[in-house]
Amino acid sequence: MTAVSERTVTAVARKRRISVGFTASAITLAIFVVAALAPNILSTQDPLAMDFTQALQSPSLAHWFGTDESGRDLFSRVVYGTRESLAIGVGAAGLAILVALVLGSIAALAGRIPAGIVNRLIEVLFAFPTLLLALLLVSVLGASPITLVISVGLGSAPGYARMVRGQILSSKNSGYVEAARALGHSRFTIFRQHILPNALRPLIAIFTMGVGQSIVWASGMAFIGLGVAPPSSEWGALLDAGRAYITQASWLVVLPGFVIVVLALAATTLGKHIQSSLEKGETA
Amino acid sequence: MTHTLLARKADAPAPARGRLTVSPRTRSVIDKLIGAVVVLWGAATAAFLAQIALPGDRATTILNVRSGQTQLRTPEELAPINAEYGLQNPIVVQYLDYIGGLLRGDLGISYQQHRPVWGIIAEQVGATLTLTAVTLVLAWLIMVFWVTLTAGRSSRIRALGSGVDTVTAGLPPYWLGIILLLVFALGLGWFPVIGGAGANGIVLPALTLAIPLAGFMGQATRTEFERSLDAPFIVTARMRGMGDLSIRLRHVLRHAVLPAVTLSGWAIGSTISGAVIAESLFTRPGIGRVLIAAVDSQDLPVVTGIVVLVAAAYVITNLLVDLAYIVIDPRMKNS
Amino acid sequence: MTILDIDTEQRTNQLDSTPPVRLSVDNLNVGFERHGSVRPVVKNVSFDLREGQCVAIVGESGSGKSVTARTLVGLTGGNAVVDADALRLGDENLTALSPKRWRSIRGRRIGFILQDALVSLDPLRPVGKEIEEALKLHGWGDRTSRKRKVIDLLTSVGVPSPENRSRQRPDELSGGLRQRALIASALALDPEIVIADEPTTALDVTVQAQVLQLLEEMKQRGTSIILISHDLSVVAHLADHILVMSGGEVVEQGSAHEILTAPKHPYTQSLINAVPSRETRGTRLAPATGVAPVHTAAHANDEHAGFDGPVLEAEGLVKNFTAPDGTLTTAVNNVSFTLGRGETLGIVGESGSGKSTTARIALALDTADAGTVRLLGQDWSAVPETKRRRLRKQISVVYQDPLSSFDPRWNVERILLDSLPAGAFATATARRERVLALLAQVGLPDSVVHRFPLQLSGGQRQRVAIARALAPSPSIVVLDEAVSALDVSIQAQILDLLVDLQKEFGLSYLFISHDLGVISHLSDRVLVMKDGVVVESGDADQIFTRPAHPYTQELLGALPTLDESHTVAGASVSPSSSTEGQE
Repeated sequence: MTAVSERTVTAVARKRRISVGFTASAITLAIFVVAALAPNILSTQDPLAMDFTQALQSPSLAHWFGTDESGRDLFSRVVYGTRESLAIGVGAAGLAILVALVLGSIAALAGRIPAGIVNRLIEVLFAFPTLLLALLLVSVLGASPITLVISVGLGSAPGYARMVRGQILSSKNSGYVEAARALGHSRFTIFRQHILPNALRPLIAIFTMGVGQSIVWASGMAFIGLGVAPPSSEWGALLDAGRAYITQASWLVVLPGFVIVVLALAATTLGKHIQSSLEKGETA
Repeated sequence: MTHTLLARKADAPAPARGRLTVSPRTRSVIDKLIGAVVVLWGAATAAFLAQIALPGDRATTILNVRSGQTQLRTPEELAPINAEYGLQNPIVVQYLDYIGGLLRGDLGISYQQHRPVWGIIAEQVGATLTLTAVTLVLAWLIMVFWVTLTAGRSSRIRALGSGVDTVTAGLPPYWLGIILLLVFALGLGWFPVIGGAGANGIVLPALTLAIPLAGFMGQATRTEFERSLDAPFIVTARMRGMGDLSIRLRHVLRHAVLPAVTLSGWAIGSTISGAVIAESLFTRPGIGRVLIAAVDSQDLPVVTGIVVLVAAAYVITNLLVDLAYIVIDPRMKNS
Repeated sequence: MTILDIDTEQRTNQLDSTPPVRLSVDNLNVGFERHGSVRPVVKNVSFDLREGQCVAIVGESGSGKSVTARTLVGLTGGNAVVDADALRLGDENLTALSPKRWRSIRGRRIGFILQDALVSLDPLRPVGKEIEEALKLHGWGDRTSRKRKVIDLLTSVGVPSPENRSRQRPDELSGGLRQRALIASALALDPEIVIADEPTTALDVTVQAQVLQLLEEMKQRGTSIILISHDLSVVAHLADHILVMSGGEVVEQGSAHEILTAPKHPYTQSLINAVPSRETRGTRLAPATGVAPVHTAAHANDEHAGFDGPVLEAEGLVKNFTAPDGTLTTAVNNVSFTLGRGETLGIVGESGSGKSTTARIALALDTADAGTVRLLGQDWSAVPETKRRRLRKQISVVYQDPLSSFDPRWNVERILLDSLPAGAFATATARRERVLALLAQVGLPDSVVHRFPLQLSGGQRQRVAIARALAPSPSIVVLDEAVSALDVSIQAQILDLLVDLQKEFGLSYLFISHDLGVISHLSDRVLVMKDGVVVESGDADQIFTRPAHPYTQELLGALPTLDESHTVAGASVSPSSSTEGQE
């Protein structure tokens, strides 16, 4: 005997309470989107204006994030770099999900032989850590923003593919699919009405988290000199450029890095909230 | 990184089909070995495909990589290179040669340094493996300590515990490394800035990789830990008069570490490749730095050699994990 | 509901000549604090537990019975607020104990038995280790003497070859053996009081009988027992004193005899009336509820109304499964049955008997390895799914767990709209009206159409599941453990509803259950299954009054009844009986 009524009550109550984490991460992400679409709203100065008398100034009221070796305002450069960084993140996460969806669906739904082959393929690719797979692709394709999107996207796809496969399989074996079979619905109707939507829903959460993670990977590649190169103000490029001054002007690396951490954290938090609200809706 | 974890959990092992009458144990060992061989073969094939996918004429690329100049080469210049790397052969022959070489432990010849890749890697792999081992031990210690301390406590401590997991799991290692470097090496001067060969030099690079890994494994462990704390058999243990700490250490922990153990193969692969960043940042020797240089100069045999080795490490660890599982969860023996 | 003021004098008189009080609970109140406010879950509970006696606390989910039990060992939970005028164990005041003192009482003076040992013993450790742990925690003996004691304990609870069994994990033992091991771990230090919280829930009826028999023997040796259960019939023959709880309050308490034979409180009466059995057949189990099912004649099923043969015929069904290790098990072996129009065929069996697989084959959701099923005289199991779809609306199903059978993204309206046969209703309005009519038929208000399954109570969900099953106007409804997860009073309402619907629409039911009481209440004919084989079948009256097969006799003997004088027959402590196989 389960306390069904009690559980129902708590599930409903939980939904009503708006979480602080959810609000904070949503606002943070909104600010980043604004920075990407209209950087002039947020920036304080011209990101390209050089002033060698102001080189390597530490953070102050005039220069919130300090200045770089050419006296450019770092905060404005970070703001103007948002568009490219976010584009790389969204592009890579989108590519990863797309590839994952194709591989995962085949692995879960196709006949025994194609499913078996794709399953093995996913397992082989999963043996390569994301960073390593990305490095392998960069070494073949050469470093460029497009390569970065492709290599980070393909690098993280195997993990997502496993997840999509699991999601579709659990939906396929669920009670509601059996109930629909018992009602006499056709295979295709069941796939369209139940399996696909239930498998796709968690992808929103995965995508949100994936954007943050992809930006971290992409900037990591830049950090070791294999991503977007300076003088771009893409965040990874800022890190790469700032590395040389780490002992004299640590803010050049610490602050852009901090922005990446904040974005990644906000994306993860938001993704987790979406995920847990979906899970509560499904299994509470 | 969270997704990979979810993927693991969501993937229920499919029941095996067929009517062979082998003992379940032998059967699962055979299955696992076949799986391992397939992964290795797949990794080798991917490595080979990467080499032939390199745009342009390979012999020209090799000469250019070796000389550091980009120019067109005459057929006279290219002929010895083609002969050395067997590039005049059909692709299938090249592929078979490559696989055959791998089976003999031959990873190919570096474009740039013009000597066996195996030698280049062997010189450097020790430092990286040491770093990997120290990282894994540190990550497990931090993770077990933090989860046992905070999981299943009052709602505030739980929030703190899982919040720290989430934040650390998402920390980019390069940024964490810089902070550690600035605070503990440049600021406090406790550790050397350049990670030398001494034991002291490994602390910061290892922490750089261990903290995010601990956070990542901690998320999986925490979920299972809290689930186990509520399990009826834990209530039974409490009803027997067992104290909270004993319950956590003797009953709950064993259940809770299972998902993290499953992640070990993945963790080792990701730590070895994460070494790229830690070694670069702390100027440590190791295959990470070899890899960066190789990617930068498109010295593909070196890159693919490392890729194949990491895949092998992943495969071997996963086989060990399966063994560890039988020790921790004896139910696996029969199922 | 108000607390029944127990006449203290009467209680004293009654228990005067009885043994000394071991545990005394006076005016116990427990609440849970959340966001600064305290939600009371146990209100004014008082009782005395005496040496060698059994106090039973009976109630449905959310009644506060388990919280009461846990409070008695100081494990109510972190945010609980406990208050009592007195809470005494012998000379120990339980309201003011340090955590350390509590630990020394748990296990040593009060033992605790939870539900199914499969989850109540550490699944990763051998049962012997778990029993030994109880001894070790309280500093009992040294390693070798503890090992000996574990063997003695297992022997005393009737576990054969205890040396081997002590080295096995719960999942390697049969249900009966592991439950005995669990009891042995609670008895390790010979506690004066044993609290058993739903000790037989989720167990097969024959194992349940063995566990109850074991508790009976403990009581005779002088152990005092607090027995917590949702099921009055489980406590009937063991309890000396019964408390009936509802919504955190004790609505009635008294001697077992009083409560069972002359219940005063309407809630107790309704609980007793709600228990289905052969005797209740044809009577209503639940008192009239607020929402009465509306009778409509919308169940149009003219297409096959003229057909007068059996609506469902199964002939020689066989289903084999291959285990992961390659061994072949036969889940269903040569099962045949027929189901007539308007009739209820009950299939009863314990877990693993193959009854649910039989249901799935009847529904053509699973294919049989041999044998055929005919639906309304037409080929059913032998034709491809595309041919079957036309007939699918004639047979529908209700599962044990309705929640998992609903797509979580859909609300009630969408679920029911989806289940209407395509083309049966011309307009969207007609379809909506049909949905509301279906809800009315199962006694649900219109207001639930926009709710999601998660927002409904267990009983409401099962009503929606029944409405979905009725939507295509079927001839047959397969009910697979459809009432097994419900509280007894909700179960009673659903059973009443099923009887009403059958009468109104002439439905045929294939009713699958492990619960003999439910089966006997509902069935015209019965199939008794064991290990995939039908051991006995026939008219329900004959099966329940003159069972021919020993297994049926054993099942019936093991069935607990409200009759308190009834001693469980067919159950012996030595597990020599046929059901006690070693897994």
